[in-house]
Amino acid sequence: MAEAKREHPNRVVAILRELAVPVISVAIAMVIGSIIMIVAGFDPISAYVAMFKGGFGGGRQIGETMLRATPLIFTGLAVAYGFRAGLFNIGAEGQLFMGGLSAAFLGIALAGLPRPLNIVIMIVAGAAIGAAWAFIPALLKAKVGAHEVITTMMFSYIARYLVSWLVTGPLKAEGQIPQTERLPVETTLPKLHEIFPFLVPSRAHLGFVLAVLLAIAVWWVLKYTALGYESRAVGFNPWASETGGISVSATTVKALCISGALAGLAGVTEVMGVHLRLFDQFSAGFGFTGIAVALLAKNNPIGVIAAAILFGALSAGGGTMQLEAEVPQKVILIIQALIIFLVAAEQISRWILGRTVRRGVEDAG
Amino acid sequence: MAPPLIEVREVTKTFPGVLANDRVSLSLDAGEIVALLGENGAGKSTLMNVVYGLLTADSGEIRVEGEPVHIRSPRQAIDLGIGMVHQHFMLVEPLTVTENIVLGTEPTRGGVIDFRKARDDVREISRRYGLAVDPDAVVRDLPVGMQQRVEILKALYRGARVLILDEPTAVLTPQEVRELFAVVRSLVGEGLSVVFITHKLEEVMSVADRVVVMRDGRVVGETRPADTDMAGLARMMVGREVVFRVEKTPSTCGDTILELDDVHVLDERHLEAVKGVSFSVCAGEVVALAGVSGNGQTELIEAITGLRKVSSGTMLLKGEDITKAAARQTIEAGLSHVPEDRHRRGLVLDFDLMENTILGDHRLAPFAKYGVLNSSAITEVTRQRIKDYDVRTPSERVKAATLSGGNQQKLVLARELGRDPDLLVAAQPTRGLDVGAIEFVHSQILSERDRGKAVLLVSLELEEVQSLADRILIIFEGRIVKEFAAGEASDEELGYYMTGGGGDKLAAAPQEVVVSDGGSQA
Repeated sequence: MAEAKREHPNRVVAILRELAVPVISVAIAMVIGSIIMIVAGFDPISAYVAMFKGGFGGGRQIGETMLRATPLIFTGLAVAYGFRAGLFNIGAEGQLFMGGLSAAFLGIALAGLPRPLNIVIMIVAGAAIGAAWAFIPALLKAKVGAHEVITTMMFSYIARYLVSWLVTGPLKAEGQIPQTERLPVETTLPKLHEIFPFLVPSRAHLGFVLAVLLAIAVWWVLKYTALGYESRAVGFNPWASETGGISVSATTVKALCISGALAGLAGVTEVMGVHLRLFDQFSAGFGFTGIAVALLAKNNPIGVIAAAILFGALSAGGGTMQLEAEVPQKVILIIQALIIFLVAAEQISRWILGRTVRRGVEDAG
Repeated sequence: MAPPLIEVREVTKTFPGVLANDRVSLSLDAGEIVALLGENGAGKSTLMNVVYGLLTADSGEIRVEGEPVHIRSPRQAIDLGIGMVHQHFMLVEPLTVTENIVLGTEPTRGGVIDFRKARDDVREISRRYGLAVDPDAVVRDLPVGMQQRVEILKALYRGARVLILDEPTAVLTPQEVRELFAVVRSLVGEGLSVVFITHKLEEVMSVADRVVVMRDGRVVGETRPADTDMAGLARMMVGREVVFRVEKTPSTCGDTILELDDVHVLDERHLEAVKGVSFSVCAGEVVALAGVSGNGQTELIEAITGLRKVSSGTMLLKGEDITKAAARQTIEAGLSHVPEDRHRRGLVLDFDLMENTILGDHRLAPFAKYGVLNSSAITEVTRQRIKDYDVRTPSERVKAATLSGGNQQKLVLARELGRDPDLLVAAQPTRGLDVGAIEFVHSQILSERDRGKAVLLVSLELEEVQSLADRILIIFEGRIVKEFAAGEASDEELGYYMTGGGGDKLAAAPQEVVVSDGGSQA
């Protein structure tokens, strides 16, 4: 115990150091965002106040933020896991579409069976098909070295247009709109307030809890299992891994499949928890925003939760900002883009951080 | 008396948690070769990086010809006539020699690069300093020694009066080292000054006018080669007596551990790199595979350790067929491997010491159970190994990248020997290490042997081969061309067979051809 205590301060410092760049990037992005608003003739203070209210102002708002964060946690985890193994799964969107497709199909097929059973089956199936969709690019990468950025991207197109065709043809529900049949209640995810009655009624669903639990699970797998260890080893140095008896190709396949499974779950929960059916536009590019979430989280699974909630809140608060402060919602997209830009260009934040710290020291001296 | 060309006064440089240079002073006169000698991590490169403007000192000053200067970037250093050749070359490989040399300071005519002038300039300096090189050769195609010449020419082209060479011999063959020394002497003859960073004592003795010895970030002594000997230098550098040749008892050959029969191996280009090699290693002996780099050793080692396919032949480890085994199976069969490139194959530099310690055993007890890692067992074993193998580190939680080369190699040894293997395959285990670390590695290898383990050693260093091996196999162009018992052959005899055995003049020719080729074209 004494041992652990002695190491404690160092770990806190290490965590703070890890947090510094993302936090500063967000802050700078907001400052630049306010400059843009001032130039455009808006009041940034009231805009941010409105945005904050829209994201966290009350139970309903928090629920909306959770709702929007849910798919981003899954896709953020998917991309982060890939990155840790040295893989860039740019095709999370496609695996998400396949997960959504499987949920929309099973949701009708399983109608009438008990709800808990359906939920388990549909989640497992969605993860499996997401993994399967990543398996072929993974195999190509492991066996012939085909770059996953290209192959997962192309598989993404296949998935998107497959869904596009299915919802206008074979799986189309009665009526004018190209969409699948609405899921019966026993194949949907319950709203959070249905399970926890003390919560204010909102659209947030069980998928959020699942996402958070999964983030913790992924963190644990990466840190405390041989599987996660091998993934990280291959991500850092495939040659040393090979010398240490790790099969680089098997690890690559496993990692990309895990990534695909996580992305598939984003599609499953969107269909089961939000839209209750599948249509062409059911994902607002969550697979791609997941890349930004992973970047902001620096590929840390716990960080992914925080980053996804931030992006969720920006998106939920954007509407309120437009309503109350009359600032166009597009400003939110600019801020999002700036955050990603600043995290990617980490040196900018580090430089500003370095200057501030140095000036602080000089002031103190 | 004129002030020294360069004078470093009381320079202190700290990195987080490390005092890399502690009030270091050093001076360099025109036309002299100063060797900066010290173990890895003694602060030699840090000091020279400060002089070259890559690092900024916390305190202290630098004077050039008596004038205090503030060197904040390599550009300023170059303007002051200071050039540096790094251990890892900074060349653009697909470009030609001329393009590399003029890069950043290209002569132009009407806005376009004047390649004719550039090439003439390169020819001119290469003639003036006797650094023969073909200005039109593509850098990628040049041997390492030639690439180093290009680096030196680059500095000279920019008007360097002082040349800092950071461990210039680390990547060179013995022949190339001799050529480099000739070049250094001719540069000094032309009035240049050279700072030569090294940890190799023979080099200091043979090339330096003056030696400055550093230890733990401080200058601990200064002398002239004529006033001391290797033992004296080693004592200054390490701070204690150093044993150069380990004493060893005659070997006792036990069971046959490794047996190779007519093994053929292809290289990346699908050319046969190993052309039918047969030998065996028994328990309790060190067999050294000696040869000039590039004669199939790397491919053979990779084949034995399961990293490369064997095209034909058989390999047995304790009677078990490992011909087709992957690295995983060879480890399980009792083989440990100290790879020749510890940064690429030996360690995951971004992993901490604990994670590096379990590499290869990370799925086995006590480190894992049902695929879940056991943190407390990992910590405990890592701490024990750090202690047993004298790995100098602030904690087991730091990244392997933060350790010095010697300590990284000790970490690799700790892992590979801690596994208690039956066969140790050690490829150039002391490459780039200083005398203290070399002594440690050698004693570990011999103690494995004395414990009845089999050791297969691959080395380019004759001294290492001679002092460790019970049997020496000479490999040349993918074949074992000669076998000697310990102490049977002189260095000259070994060298004779390593270079083809058909008369050493002929054998040394390929290297010389490259040189004279460049010369005749220049």
